[in-house]
Amino acid sequence: MKYWRKPLDADRIKIPEGELHILRERCKGCAFCVEYCPKDVLELSHEFNSKGYHPPIVKNGAICVHCQLCEMLCPEFAIFCVLKNQKEPAHES
Amino acid sequence: MKAAEVEEIQKKPKTRKTKSVEEEHPLEKWLRMDRMPHIWCSTCGIGTAVTCFIEAIKKTTLAREDICVVSGIGCSGRIAGYIKQDSFHTTHGRAIPFAVGLKLANPKLKVVVFSGDGDLSSIGGNHLIHTARRNLDITVLCINNFIYAMTGGQVAPTTPPTAIATTTPYGNYEHPFNLPALAAACGAVYVARWTALHVRRLTNSMAEALQKKGFSFVEIICPCTTLYARKNKLGSGLDLMKFYHDNSVIVNGADPREVDIQFQSEIKVGKFIDVDKPTYLDSYNTYMKTKLGDKFKPYGVTDEERQ
Ligand SMILES: Cc1ncc(C[n+]2csc(CCOP(=O)(O)OP(=O)(O)O)c2C)c(N)n1
Ligand code: SF4
Ligand code: SF4
Ligand code: SF4
Ligand SMILES: [Mg+2]
Repeated sequence: MKYWRKPLDADRIKIPEGELHILRERCKGCAFCVEYCPKDVLELSHEFNSKGYHPPIVKNGAICVHCQLCEMLCPEFAIFCVLKNQKEPAHES
Repeated sequence: MKAAEVEEIQKKPKTRKTKSVEEEHPLEKWLRMDRMPHIWCSTCGIGTAVTCFIEAIKKTTLAREDICVVSGIGCSGRIAGYIKQDSFHTTHGRAIPFAVGLKLANPKLKVVVFSGDGDLSSIGGNHLIHTARRNLDITVLCINNFIYAMTGGQVAPTTPPTAIATTTPYGNYEHPFNLPALAAACGAVYVARWTALHVRRLTNSMAEALQKKGFSFVEIICPCTTLYARKNKLGSGLDLMKFYHDNSVIVNGADPREVDIQFQSEIKVGKFIDVDKPTYLDSYNTYMKTKLGDKFKPYGVTDEERQ
């Protein structure tokens, strides 16, 4: 990560890595999760689920920071994220 | 079909997929999964508010069995039926009186009314104002989607001026309620408003409201895609969420009289009121003590607490 000024707590901060679980059949394709993921991890798939909606798919799972915003916003209880790992940030100055 | 064939089919293991454990959503323990999928339309925000409520309960020290959820009738009124808590789905407008009865019969309960703008401020308006006036120790969470959604989009006391509803095809010409101002004027000790997009702040506010002693009121501005958005040509619930994103302003401590909502204009959100005053039962107990002295046995207080 590149900083303009290195944060004082940079040595203590770890970057969480999330693992996404999508319950495709429960989703109603509202795209709240896709729209508001701060890391742009998700996108709506072209395929339909059996209800006729397009559930999200993970576009770039490696950059998910486990903020759980997708999980909070989903009105269908159809997506959740579990903490997989915490990695040390690579600092550059 | 021959009897033998039928038997053959019945013997076959059911092919319905069973979920693996990892696929179990963490909120399933808190929801009545036998009732899912819920009735709410795609891009309706009510489900999001439910998630925030469950997360809020987790943030408090309240025991799950001490929380009771009461709803009236409406799309929002379905909440009580989906939450796996002691919960009651009452008649239209009567969620608050039911909650008052619960609270007075069992003052140890944390009683939460979770219902719609029409249910709480129209047919149930009198109950709202008098329960706030008495400062009864309950929490009211109001889903405000600016419309009577379940019955087909009639005008509500919260519909902003000029907005179109089934019963105002040329637009609404009435003066709407400003719900935080109403609750505050009636005596609520905690008043906040957030939109369904402010998930973190809404969760924190709900947790504060749950822990507040006295009448707490949280308004949740919520997208209704099928009626409010469609009638007013505002796109889907996702477009309303984007609208909240671009047009809500956080003004904690704002005078509730100044947070009225106009059609598609700025929405002021925040915690507006957080004050302390004796609850209904506190007032009853202290006042009656002055009148009856030691003959009076305080209500809703354990012997230990009385010491
Ligand atoms: C006594 C009575 N009057 C009218 C109705 C019809 N009714 C059902 S829901 C509703 C309005 C609900 O509006 P709101 O509380 O805003 O809930 P929403 O559907 O918008 O979430 C009405 C008028 C009823 N069920 N009972
Ligand atoms: S947890 Fe956060 S970063 Fe990961 S997909 Fe969900 S919203 Fe995006
Ligand atoms: S927020 Fe939920 S219902 Fe909406 S698209 Fe994402 S997973 Fe599907
Ligand atoms: S009609 Fe409106 S409030 Fe009711 S479930 Fe549909 S979007 Fe939600
Ligand atoms: Mg409504």
